[in-house]
Amino acid sequence: MDEPIIQFEHFGFQYNAQAEPTLYDINLAVHRGEKLLVAGPSGCGKSTMAHCINGLIPFAYRGEMTGSLRLMGKQTREMSIFEISKLVGTVLQDSDGQFIGLTVAEDIAFALENDCVQEPELHDRVKKAAHTVFIDDHLGHAPNELSGGQKQRVSLAGVMVDDVAVLLFDEPLANLDPATGKQAIELIDEIQKKTGATVVIIEHRLEDVLWRSVDRIVLMQDGRILADCPPDELLAQNLLAENGIREPLYLTALRYAGAAITPALRPASIRTVVLSGETKKQVRDWFRATPPAPPKPEKPVLLDARNLDFSYPNGHQALTDVSVQVKKGELMAIVGRNGAGKSTFSKLICGFETQQRGTLRFGDEDLMALSIKERADRIGYVMQNPNQMLSKTMIFDEVALGLRTRGVPEDEVAARVEKTLTICGLRPFHKWPVSALSFGQKKRVTIASILVMEPEMIILDEPTAGQDFRHYTDIMDFLAELNRRGITVVMITHDMHLMLEYAERAVVFSDGRVIANDTSANILTDASVIARASLKETSLYELALRCELPESRAFVQRFIDYDREVRGR
Amino acid sequence: MTSIFNYIDRPSPIHRLTGATKLVCLLLWSFAAMLTYDTRLLVLLPVISFVLFRISKIRLRDVSFMLGFTAVFLVLNNVLIFVFSPQHGVELYKTSHVLFSLGGRYAVTKEQLFYHLNLVLKYLSTIPIVLLFVCTTNPSEFAASLNRIGVKYSVAYSVALALRYIPDIQREYHDISQAQQARGIEMSKKQSLGKRLKSASAILIPLIMTSMDRIEIISNAMELRGFGKYKKRTWYMGRRFAPADIASMAGCLVLLLAAIALNTINGSRFWNPFA
Repeated sequence: MDEPIIQFEHFGFQYNAQAEPTLYDINLAVHRGEKLLVAGPSGCGKSTMAHCINGLIPFAYRGEMTGSLRLMGKQTREMSIFEISKLVGTVLQDSDGQFIGLTVAEDIAFALENDCVQEPELHDRVKKAAHTVFIDDHLGHAPNELSGGQKQRVSLAGVMVDDVAVLLFDEPLANLDPATGKQAIELIDEIQKKTGATVVIIEHRLEDVLWRSVDRIVLMQDGRILADCPPDELLAQNLLAENGIREPLYLTALRYAGAAITPALRPASIRTVVLSGETKKQVRDWFRATPPAPPKPEKPVLLDARNLDFSYPNGHQALTDVSVQVKKGELMAIVGRNGAGKSTFSKLICGFETQQRGTLRFGDEDLMALSIKERADRIGYVMQNPNQMLSKTMIFDEVALGLRTRGVPEDEVAARVEKTLTICGLRPFHKWPVSALSFGQKKRVTIASILVMEPEMIILDEPTAGQDFRHYTDIMDFLAELNRRGITVVMITHDMHLMLEYAERAVVFSDGRVIANDTSANILTDASVIARASLKETSLYELALRCELPESRAFVQRFIDYDREVRGR
Repeated sequence: MTSIFNYIDRPSPIHRLTGATKLVCLLLWSFAAMLTYDTRLLVLLPVISFVLFRISKIRLRDVSFMLGFTAVFLVLNNVLIFVFSPQHGVELYKTSHVLFSLGGRYAVTKEQLFYHLNLVLKYLSTIPIVLLFVCTTNPSEFAASLNRIGVKYSVAYSVALALRYIPDIQREYHDISQAQQARGIEMSKKQSLGKRLKSASAILIPLIMTSMDRIEIISNAMELRGFGKYKKRTWYMGRRFAPADIASMAGCLVLLLAAIALNTINGSRFWNPFA
């Protein structure tokens, strides 16, 4: 066997700013042409490992390295970041943030410009790289004219102009809608086959990455490698769920049905998994034996939006004849691709923008008669990135802000903030500075700062973006708990799992119109809605079809209800 | 939402000039306008900029916000000068033709009015041409041109990046301020100044925090792609000078020479019609 292209030996790393090492005793060899998936919960050290491979450690983030890390036989600490960047091309998580050039062509050319490549070679190589990722029709486009998937292609082309040996993807699916994520995985696979590059994907969305085969999965936890084996072997064990990674839903379903999962069954993908006659029967029997959830009582309408039309001053028609009703006490999802009108819709509800046509009622009030501030007393809005909302140094002051601006007396402020912090599980931190919190905790603080105003309904923009399964579950269970306390919750999301597992109902936007309004299970099994809204069919549906269950839609619903109960919600 | 600084891409001969040409022209032009108070040249410059605007297909309403902003300053500047030094024109032109008196030392003279006219013309000679430059110069070409006239490319690139991110940051500001308004932060003029400053911090702090995140991402991305490796770099958008570029620079050089010549002929920066 030839020499590994990446080799960690007893490698450890500790950031200067931290008391404990982030990586311990890492031993890993990656060979030429391999495709590797590195998975693990947030804080497990997978991003740090990526930074070690691409040279940001030790060049941009300082710290102490122990052991050895070699790229093509050479110690990285003896190389420069520029030398490493010729070997390892990195596609970062935020394809928007890493878009350096003003246009597609300039962004792809960036590495070449820095290398002093002259005309006409510069233009030729840009064209060639753009062609490899099928973006050559957009060379003159600015980043805001591109979709998320296209931006990612540009990033990929930008590192491929250099014929790198290793392509490193840091959470490539984080900012993409489900259908685009699927295409991204296909593209990575295609590029790898075409160029023979070594591919390392850092991602916690296992089921989505496994849409195309990978050679090995490296599972990390607490700075160590827990498992390093082919996907089929890993999925046959229980290691994933135990370590905060979601296992593919079809496998959970098979386990519920009592089927034994072994590597020989090739469980890595719903398309490869071997379903014997007996397994199929187990699944069917499980379905028949599980009672359907009792129907929910009909609830009164809380928010009633009718026939909304809205266009921005630049003439862009963002909403056309949108009617949505949110029932009191409901937990509802709004889904659709970027630019479909989801955010605009929530802006109309909060009063940030005003529709040209249509009515908005909340309970028995006309929202149009209320100011932004008055609406905010009834409807809270939580932005996607908590850093967009946090403006105080202390958690207590942050949560108190909305009350203080409303002139609530200070003793009442104190009582209400304390109560809200307790509900949000932030009571132990009430005297902490905001900066000491993790991303997930900051998110809670922003939710708390809205809840303290006691709204009847809250709207959350991508509540779980950038969260791993464990933090995702924390946040969502918390929202479900609030919902049980009677608060109506509306979530804007790309996340299929979130929609399937938590939302009773989903409204699907496409090109400024509502194209579906149904239970999540029905939507995620409807091929035409899925295609129009860039969603992805759930693997549960395919499992049901493969098990020859005639009631395949009902099976999806049954699974969700059962799963909710098992997980104690 | 209107953007303050924005490159507006329209096909025009001015857009086709290289960034370096436009930068050199802007510098020559500004020197010319700054050097002289000769009314004849100061009348000519706004007329030329108006023609250039027509050629560039940049419409007045594209830059209306900045023009309005400038107008406010212009008025303020003139009022303050009159309040603090109502006889400045008399001192400059050494004669005094009183038109009418407002009491005390506030006599309105022909000389003072003439001085104010020149001041207005100076604004009109410089501001539109700066706006024209901003609207017709692609930020990356601007960086390339700064680099070409000798500015270090790391500095040049950071200027271009700042220009490129202004629209993003404006959008972010807009989103944050809406969400904070919902929490009761008011930015309206009804509030006292102290309260408004406090409110501004509720929007600016999140804006700074998210911008810092952005800077970390972009600087990592740049480093990972070899930015700063050599002392020099090439530019995808860099272009060679065409005859039109040479002609434009020559034209602006003539304006500067004219300003210098007029100063010499007049014996000072001021052209004195009262003498």
